[in-house]
Amino acid sequence: MTTVARQQRIDPQTVIGWGVDADPRNDPTYPMRDRSKDDGPGMNWQRPPLQRPNVEILRSIEHNRMPAVMGTGQPPSGVSGSMRRAAFGYSESDWRHWLMLMGADRVNVVEGVLADLSAGHIPNIPGEMGARAEWEHNRAGFVRKAVIVAGAALLVAALVKARRDQRPPRLR
Amino acid sequence: MLAANYRGPYRVRAQQKIMPCIEHPRDAVVRVTRSCICGSDLHLYHGMVPDTRVGTTFGHEFCGVVEEVGSDVEKLKVGDHVIVPFNIACGQCHFCKQGLFGNCHEANPEATAAGGIFGYSHTTGGFDGGQAQYARVPYADVGPTLIPDWMHPDDAVMMTDVVPTGYQAAEMGGIQKGDTVVVFGAGPVGIMAARCAWLFGAGRVIVIDHVHYRLDFARHYCPAEVYDFRDIEDMAVFIKKETDSLGADVCIDAVGGDAAGNALHTLFGTKLKLEAGSAIALHWAINSVKKGGIVSVVGVYGPTGNMVPMGNVLNKGITIRANQASVKRLLPRLIEHVREGRIDPKALITHRVPLEDISDAYHIFSAKLDGCIKPVLYPNGLS
Ligand SMILES: NC(=O)c1ccc[n+]([C@@H]2O[C@H](COP(=O)([O-])OP(=O)(O)OC[C@H]3O[C@@H](n4cnc5c(N)ncnc54)[C@H](O)[C@@H]3O)[C@@H](O)[C@H]2O)c1
Ligand SMILES: [Zn+2]
Ligand SMILES: [Zn+2]
Repeated sequence: MTTVARQQRIDPQTVIGWGVDADPRNDPTYPMRDRSKDDGPGMNWQRPPLQRPNVEILRSIEHNRMPAVMGTGQPPSGVSGSMRRAAFGYSESDWRHWLMLMGADRVNVVEGVLADLSAGHIPNIPGEMGARAEWEHNRAGFVRKAVIVAGAALLVAALVKARRDQRPPRLR
Repeated sequence: MLAANYRGPYRVRAQQKIMPCIEHPRDAVVRVTRSCICGSDLHLYHGMVPDTRVGTTFGHEFCGVVEEVGSDVEKLKVGDHVIVPFNIACGQCHFCKQGLFGNCHEANPEATAAGGIFGYSHTTGGFDGGQAQYARVPYADVGPTLIPDWMHPDDAVMMTDVVPTGYQAAEMGGIQKGDTVVVFGAGPVGIMAARCAWLFGAGRVIVIDHVHYRLDFARHYCPAEVYDFRDIEDMAVFIKKETDSLGADVCIDAVGGDAAGNALHTLFGTKLKLEAGSAIALHWAINSVKKGGIVSVVGVYGPTGNMVPMGNVLNKGITIRANQASVKRLLPRLIEHVREGRIDPKALITHRVPLEDISDAYHIFSAKLDGCIKPVLYPNGLS
């Protein structure tokens, strides 16, 4: 980041006409926001005690300090974790931040399947997607999806076989 | 303990997880008695929210019995049955002090734009949620509110989000007596917004959706004039016709980024992810409201950006108001409304489901099967 030359603050009292049209009724945030409790522009509230997380927490660069509490589930790990760390190099205002996180989410799904398999668990993906409820309440939809999945599987199998058949015979 | 476990878009299952514990002196751990699935969860379930990590436990609408409290917790006691607002709020930062409990600055390291929310991806703080037998509740003395002894727990769980969000949607509309209010979306939030529009003195309430069983419910429950947007060729023209060509005084977007009804937005927003969700309901709201009117947005969109007719916002002098509901701020008034019989929250619950069947519950709610309006999970048994 380049350094910006900071400008001198302007004292409102020195500005001609300062505040002559100020109107407390001109407040579209009512009643969401109780402005009487506004304590000025800075971060000068008394902070809650600080949580000491024992896992890696990624922090938005728009925060100048770690908030007092945070969730500690699913710390970044694996390839998706590296992608998330990279994403947090950009601000929330930068599309790259969110696009990289979305990419990491997709990679994370593959990591999740691998983690299941390596734990000796074959994920019941149709079950996780609510296939039983689909069968019960939307049988036509169930059949349609089953046909599409089976069709896609057959297509892939046929393509694989065709490529195998095309391979030149191996030379001895 | 048994808990929801997200595995990827459209995939969620119930699985054993380690018990939550006190991680901060102001934490509590609650045994969850009821936990809803929300339209907001569908954005996660559909893979639309960035930084939704595999293994996350969803669930931001729950009530439960306090099992354990941290050393600094003073008000909550073990055994208390509490409403847990979906926002995690410290109660003492710049924003909490002003009543903006949905915008706390001390609860979410991963983002400054969003506050902390239970079970709602790392973009809202990475907290595991309440679709589980137990949940960690930070700042236990701030949000959690004792369930009054006369209140049914099924009503109580609806106070964690749906009732305050619907109410705040109407409140942000700045509705004045006699106003015409159009609510886009007849999900639980839209239904509640339409119900509450009357409490603020609306003269006419119109609800738009395309799911007929929901429109039928809204017609009687709110009550409201209801229309299927698929029967309407052009939304702006239709609302203008209904209002002597002026437009509605207030339009409420209770749909958010999963909106149907426009192929272009569906392609860009939900399929290609080039915008932060399909913004067609917001587009309709802006173009159907009166000049000088108010658009109130509670429908949730992603953090990047959406295509909306900003030029019309300018030329028509529209005020847009939006926020995550500030549940704690609204609870006292809403508890009164329930006690007085002005709001009947549990009437929206159509499905009561054990946590084990979470995969099916998500699919039924997402695909709008079996007349589903609001599904509630009972992680510790149906009682
Ligand atoms: N701001 C908050 O604090 C807050 C809290 C809770 C929920 N929400 C958001 O409110 C929205 C609604 O929540 P819900 O639980 O009712 O969800 P839901 O998914 O059950 O309901 C959304 C409804 O909108 C309908 N719909 C789709 N496209 C539409 C369109 N173009 N016009 C009109 N209706 C359309 C759907 O058919 C559905 O019935 C979601 O975006 C959710 O994330 C916000
Ligand atoms: Zn919710
Ligand atoms: Zn706060």
